Amino acid sequence: MELAQMQKSLQDYTKSLFLEGVLDSQFLQLQQLQDESNPDFVSQVVTLFFQDSDRILNDLSLSLDQQVVDFKKVDPHVHQLKGSSSSIGAQRVKNACVVFRSFCEQQNVEACHRCLQQVKQEYYLVKNRLETLFKLEQQIVASGGMIPAMELGF
Amino acid sequence: MGMAAAEWKFHVLAVDDSLVDRKLIERLLQKSSCQVTTVDSGYKALEFLGLRQGIESNDPTALSTSPQEVEVNLIITDYCMPGMTGYDLLKKLKESSVFKNIPVVIMSSENVPARISRCLEEGAEEFFLKPVRLADLNKLKPHMMRTKLKNQKLEEIENGTEAVEPEIKGSEDMGIKILPLQSELEPKQVHLQVVKQEEETLSNNKRKSMEEGLSTDRPLPRLEGGIATAV
Repeated sequence: MELAQMQKSLQDYTKSLFLEGVLDSQFLQLQQLQDESNPDFVSQVVTLFFQDSDRILNDLSLSLDQQVVDFKKVDPHVHQLKGSSSSIGAQRVKNACVVFRSFCEQQNVEACHRCLQQVKQEYYLVKNRLETLFKLEQQIVASGGMIPAMELGF
Repeated sequence: MGMAAAEWKFHVLAVDDSLVDRKLIERLLQKSSCQVTTVDSGYKALEFLGLRQGIESNDPTALSTSPQEVEVNLIITDYCMPGMTGYDLLKKLKESSVFKNIPVVIMSSENVPARISRCLEEGAEEFFLKPVRLADLNKLKPHMMRTKLKNQKLEEIENGTEAVEPEIKGSEDMGIKILPLQSELEPKQVHLQVVKQEEETLSNNKRKSMEEGLSTDRPLPRLEGGIATAV
């Protein structure tokens, strides 16, 4: 594939993530923090997010599977996930966490189980999309090209 | 001339239990030309400063063996942390005769007015809502300038090269909340703030049809022409 074509694909792909609400403007903030001195900043932060989230989702599953659910344990986990997803611009994960927290407050176990599924779904979606995005970037760089600047026309 | 300006960097101690947020605040501060130390708890922050176990040591030898080799010019801390909250840390710092004059900034993902006013009343300089952005850190520039000028002045006194200088207003005179930044900002920083507003508008108007494009490529000067029309 031609370099220009790859760059266009990357731009279109990234744009679609914003249009679908998978990512929000905070992700752009991350990209602005990346430069020649820190060329891998975005992928580094996102990788930390993945590691953190995998751990939290695991803990949440365990907590919700207990005979008696301790919401004092569940809520801080969701709060943490809400925070980190917000920090990298994973909008739909963040929004799912907001809903999750309101059901934690109501101590509604069944609803919380559904929320956890929803959060997991959104998380795996953004994880998948971002991994694809990074692959596209790597292909461009490997071909000797530059990552095109984000053009937001919406 | 003495210590080169390029060597001295404003040193910020960042406290946050979230790994992702620590990485983010570290990069934000580096991008704002600060030296950064990050710790994951209030306890570690106090330890770093030399306040072991939250008890100020009056033993001079204890201070000399403290891990802190470099002076801390500002502390920025998350509010919600397990064990010692950012507010608890703030209180401990303000109670310390040694550290009460170090400016403290609180960060929080939750916009709770009572929380914000409580922190400001306890002596926090600023309250940042998360996610923190580059534009927010512009509010730290007056503190950075003040410390830099103070250090320069101290050095001039030491070297006997002290000149007569105009009075530098302290942040106490300027008030806590809104600082007159517009006049102090370089054009790039103004654009950073406008970019933030633009992006917030963008995310609100996501589904609107295409109007003027907003380019977010680096360096920012490219936005100069587009800002006025993109609103």
